[in-house]
Amino acid sequence: MNMTGNPQLNGHGELQHLITLEGLPREIIAAILDTAEPFAEVAEREVKKVPLLRGKSVFNLFFENSTRTRTTFEIAAKRLSADVINLNINTSSASKGESLLDTVDNLAAMQADMFVVRHASSGAPYLIAQHLAATRQSHIHVINAGDGRHAHPTQGLLDMYTIRHYKKDFTKLTVAVVGDILHSRVARSQLHALHALGVPEIRVIAPKTLMPGGVAGMVGAGHLRVFHDMREGLKGVDVVMMLRLQNERMLGALLPSPQEYFKYYGLTPDKLALAKPDAIVMHPGPMNRGIEIDSAVADGSHSVILPQVTFGIAVRMAVMSMLAGN
Amino acid sequence: MPKPHASSCKTGSIMPTLPEATTLCARLAEMMRPHVTPLTALLGIRTGGAWIAERLHRDLGIKQPLGSIDISFYRDDFSQRGLAKGAKASQIPFDVEGAHIVIVDDVLYTGRTIRAAINELFDYGRPARVDLAVLVDRGGRELPMAATWCPHTLVLPASQTLVLEQEPVEGTLAFRIAEK
Repeated sequence: MNMTGNPQLNGHGELQHLITLEGLPREIIAAILDTAEPFAEVAEREVKKVPLLRGKSVFNLFFENSTRTRTTFEIAAKRLSADVINLNINTSSASKGESLLDTVDNLAAMQADMFVVRHASSGAPYLIAQHLAATRQSHIHVINAGDGRHAHPTQGLLDMYTIRHYKKDFTKLTVAVVGDILHSRVARSQLHALHALGVPEIRVIAPKTLMPGGVAGMVGAGHLRVFHDMREGLKGVDVVMMLRLQNERMLGALLPSPQEYFKYYGLTPDKLALAKPDAIVMHPGPMNRGIEIDSAVADGSHSVILPQVTFGIAVRMAVMSMLAGN
Repeated sequence: MPKPHASSCKTGSIMPTLPEATTLCARLAEMMRPHVTPLTALLGIRTGGAWIAERLHRDLGIKQPLGSIDISFYRDDFSQRGLAKGAKASQIPFDVEGAHIVIVDDVLYTGRTIRAAINELFDYGRPARVDLAVLVDRGGRELPMAATWCPHTLVLPASQTLVLEQEPVEGTLAFRIAEK
């Protein structure tokens, strides 16, 4: 049983599930990044596989569509020699009436070892972890692959891995997170991780309609600087983390038009020129070219968007093997 | 419990006299020298084996670049002990396919580390031949493994570990016995 107060950790303070980066100690985040480094090398071998999760069953439970995240989790699990079962649980199967926890119990009865969960509702992976504990099935690990507006911890971790790869030392950086922060679980995970790793200046840049209330206090008072003028916010930054404009989550008219959004908040070469000359540009994908990012930037020399995808596999391998070993 | 042999015993202590690591390195190099060809490649198991491989590589004038291997992802006790902390990427800078490879380690004990290293090695290709060079064989094998070259044997109780340490400034190697 967990005695640390953090539902993700077991009684020894080790990571049992990965639900959110909020409240996760810096040491654990750093250990995941360190562990990911040797996994990155595995991808360059003749046989791109190590036997750590041999005989384990990893269930990808995607209650919400995703291509990149599901694929990279699948590749990560397969490179660890696990058996991977993909379930795309769409509205039609939900309409058969099975509840989330009934689905979980059924898969647990099939000797699942790990659930990778994507869900439109915030808290679904936590609910599953709690249910597993209540039914004495805590040996099954849960990884949150994105829940509602809450968290997307492996994306946050792979972003930190990318920053560390190019910039080495977090404690000297100015990092800007730009775009639809209101709807973004990615932004929340990024902000918690940047704060935990000691980034001294974290900026959030968004129009007022896409900035959640109380954002400045999200990671403790005084750590975030809020900007509504993108040009002002990008001045002198080392890292630009763009977010996708989440059209599918927009309820009501938060924006006049995509064209107008691009004019004020799209990352163009002239706006990027305000950042440091060696700034890196990141994006969690999928990109809306011409809405939040100009193609000239997305494909330009500052962009590390494709390396992010590659690093994402190594980071997910690290998370899965650490959980499986705890 | 076997009685320690008188000649390998400090006065009044059950500690056997520990071999001098630097001397053993030199002796190991001399044992290997007649068998080294331009195609011989060394692969040191991190961390102790990698230190020794570094010295052998220099002393034997090995032509192939030096490799190091980290067996963390291939350990057979992962399900009991979890992932080892401080795992590093293996570096195998030569073509494994068809190569003559000498795996280098500090201490040969159960043989499980060597099994893991060989399993990992074969994920890089199919070597023509694999040999094993160690400084000390302390007995206690749990798998059918034998060293090709080994300058020293020693019997230790299972409660003790023989640890090779590298002095951080001078880089000298020394053995130490640790209680488990």
